[in-house]
Amino acid sequence: MKLTVRVWRQAGPAAEGRLVAYPVDGVSPDMSFLELLDVLNQELIAAGEEPVAFDHDCREGICGSCGVVINGQAHGPERTTSCQLHLRSFADGDVVDVEPWRAKGFPVIKDLVVDRSALDRIVQAGGYVSAPTGSAPDAHATPVPKPDADLAFDNATCIGCGACVAACPNGSATLFTAAKVTHLSLLPQGGPERARRVLDMVEAMDAEGFGGCTNTGECVASCPKGIPFASITTLNREFLAATRAR
Amino acid sequence: MSDYRVGDPIADTKAPAVPLENRWDERKFAAKLVNPANRRRHRVIVVGTGLAGGSAGATLAEQGYHVVQFCFQDSPRRAHSVAAQGGINAAKNYRNDGDSVYRLFHDTVKGGDFRARESNVYRLAQVSAQIIDQAVAQGVPFAREYGGLLDTRSFGGVQVQRTFYARGQTGQQLLIGAYQALSRQIDAGNVELHARTEMLDLVVSGGRARGIVARDLVTGEITTHLADAVVLATGGYGNVFYLSTNAKGSNASAIWRAHKRGAYFANPCFTQIHPTCIPRSGEHQSKLTLMSESLRNDGRIWVPKRAGDPRPPGEIPEDERDYYLERLYPSFGNLVPRDIASRAAKNVCDAGLGVGPGGLGVYLDFADAIARLGRPAIEARYGNLFDMYQRITAEDPYTVPMRIYPAIHYTMGGLWVDYDLQSTIPGLFVIGEANFSDHGANRLGASALMQGLADGYFVLPATLNDYLGGTRLGDVGTGEVARVEAEVRARIDRLLTVGGTRSVDSFHRELGLLMWDHCGMSRTREGLRKALDRVPELRAEFWRDVRIPGGREFNQELEKANRVADFLELAELMLLDALAREESCGGHFREEHRTPEGEALRDDENFAHVAAWEYGSPPVLHREELVFEHVHPTQRSYT
Repeated sequence: MKLTVRVWRQAGPAAEGRLVAYPVDGVSPDMSFLELLDVLNQELIAAGEEPVAFDHDCREGICGSCGVVINGQAHGPERTTSCQLHLRSFADGDVVDVEPWRAKGFPVIKDLVVDRSALDRIVQAGGYVSAPTGSAPDAHATPVPKPDADLAFDNATCIGCGACVAACPNGSATLFTAAKVTHLSLLPQGGPERARRVLDMVEAMDAEGFGGCTNTGECVASCPKGIPFASITTLNREFLAATRAR
Repeated sequence: MSDYRVGDPIADTKAPAVPLENRWDERKFAAKLVNPANRRRHRVIVVGTGLAGGSAGATLAEQGYHVVQFCFQDSPRRAHSVAAQGGINAAKNYRNDGDSVYRLFHDTVKGGDFRARESNVYRLAQVSAQIIDQAVAQGVPFAREYGGLLDTRSFGGVQVQRTFYARGQTGQQLLIGAYQALSRQIDAGNVELHARTEMLDLVVSGGRARGIVARDLVTGEITTHLADAVVLATGGYGNVFYLSTNAKGSNASAIWRAHKRGAYFANPCFTQIHPTCIPRSGEHQSKLTLMSESLRNDGRIWVPKRAGDPRPPGEIPEDERDYYLERLYPSFGNLVPRDIASRAAKNVCDAGLGVGPGGLGVYLDFADAIARLGRPAIEARYGNLFDMYQRITAEDPYTVPMRIYPAIHYTMGGLWVDYDLQSTIPGLFVIGEANFSDHGANRLGASALMQGLADGYFVLPATLNDYLGGTRLGDVGTGEVARVEAEVRARIDRLLTVGGTRSVDSFHRELGLLMWDHCGMSRTREGLRKALDRVPELRAEFWRDVRIPGGREFNQELEKANRVADFLELAELMLLDALAREESCGGHFREEHRTPEGEALRDDENFAHVAAWEYGSPPVLHREELVFEHVHPTQRSYT
């Protein structure tokens, strides 16, 4: 098949960016979207031009490195990561726009690469259980009801790709934060730090310049891991309870 | 033979000469301690943030050390441990099915085809149970049963259910546990994190590892970081093969540069081929995707009995299918270890019985399991793997058998370390997949996560204490730092000025294909010789003709070129090691050495050793003889 990709090119954080159109011929429907960018880059290198910079690593949808806005949607038309999107989702001759995550909390580094370290700092603020190595009781000391464990797991599947932020009209990181708060507050091990965790994480989220949540749900629609909307409700409930207790 | 020289034998001098069960306790007791108040004065560099590096960084910081940690990814949470699916072994015996520390030790030594050190493996089995406790305390959401207790399952090559898991994302969940512990220490100011920063060389001063030279991948700035000890947790080198299940960025540069500075490289030819990967779909393929071998618990592997059978799998009747693993290995069936399952798949495909594009695939069929357990049970166990398969192949594995083919997945070889996980350079410690220590010639499923976390949470923190507590360190020579930095800069300059015609990827693909053909699932003297002739030529072509557009700042082609340049050197050592090891064992299968039934034929008389290579021209081989006092080497039998 033949596609035309219009890719956001931006030389550096302070440089002006623009969309540049590149025709890419002879690609196969079985190729992943990142393999399309590979093909384009090989052609650019052969032509003596700079290839398109984009983040990627595992290419199996689990590391969270990749993520581009494709035709206006974070990770493109299917509910998966950019690396697991295949060209069979497009039609021969399509024009495809490829842009970086756009949010105040994610400054562009180059082309399609953005700085997502703000998400790490939200976790650093409290997204953990304080359990220094060696201090743990036997794993069976505290049984966890299976429904709680399963729901905690659903929230723990977040890969930190940032699609939720990119999809949100407010550039909010609420779904990301909610997933971690929900994961840890559902488990007995996360109990003792529950109140402090939610307050500190929300404070860090606000400090990073992410927008507020207005329940548009775009985050959930774009999340490749299906983090549930209800987690935001949990976050708000946890936040309220912790605020009242303070 | 002039390819290499044989040097003095090498030995592990750190495992105490006491009974096996007491060695680790004895070593910990004899180890020197560092006064808690003095620990913050010690800087420790940790390179890598996967299971081994993340857990080590967090634990050392908790102990009070000042940790300086590096990862080339944009976040420590993205290290490739994240992609491990199936599970983590631990000798908890929660099932009361006869498991024990001794059995896990025994299975691991046997599974490694008697090419691992008994002391190290026994310790691994001992600390395995604590890892599960630690992870649960961190909030890792392992699979649980309705009673609220942890669920376990069995895994390839093992007859007890000792594998703990978190759906098909065990690696991700354990990594996030370690990442969160590390994040807590970053917030506390005990860990200084350098993300998007890659180690390019090791600083050795006064005969000791004292720091690294690293490049900021965004600004291109090259800086030296000094410390009292350096820990490499940089993973394996499977990407030598270009197509592998490793992440695209996984590389061998850190361990290869350390090797060139004096660390011995052990058993480089021991690579693992994973049997249950999704076959490649075409020339554009950029990486291969693994599916957890837990699939083999319920899936049955078969090929049509008739070569070139054109019928779709559903129309091939039972008696015209060859369930070859069940036929050849009746007691283990589809659960034989990885090396055996992979080679059997290669054999049936070489015989023309393979299915799918190019005949490079075999069926993994869940029809019987779905009929027996119902679709919901299969969905609960493997749902995300089935979804992944369907997404990649556009075929529904609930109704059509999966197609699988082996792929490079893990490297058992790595930098040589003693019982303390210290390399031949004092002060340089190597943990996780980057070292060679525990898996011998073949790693059992669900043991990589166990080893990475055992090294990082429990082993290294004890042995590093001993090094720091027992060593008086002087100042680092400024001349040494300047020399290493200058070499790193010169290499970057050279790469940027070649201005040739071929892309980095084109060299990497060619190298990968060469290695897969001659140093992959089966190896011959002739093939290895051929590749040994070609690799130096290819390396010369690379330095003459590679094209790297762009400049010093954020330049992904430059990053790749740096890594591929190292792969082009490491590949030669892998070939040499494979050629020197005139036997078959585990993942190393030499066609010249096989039993009448076609199975791997070990030569314990001449090769029950670790091949530890010293860098040089020619390389120098130091042998570490392996002593088996507890698990007597036998022909591995899974029939």
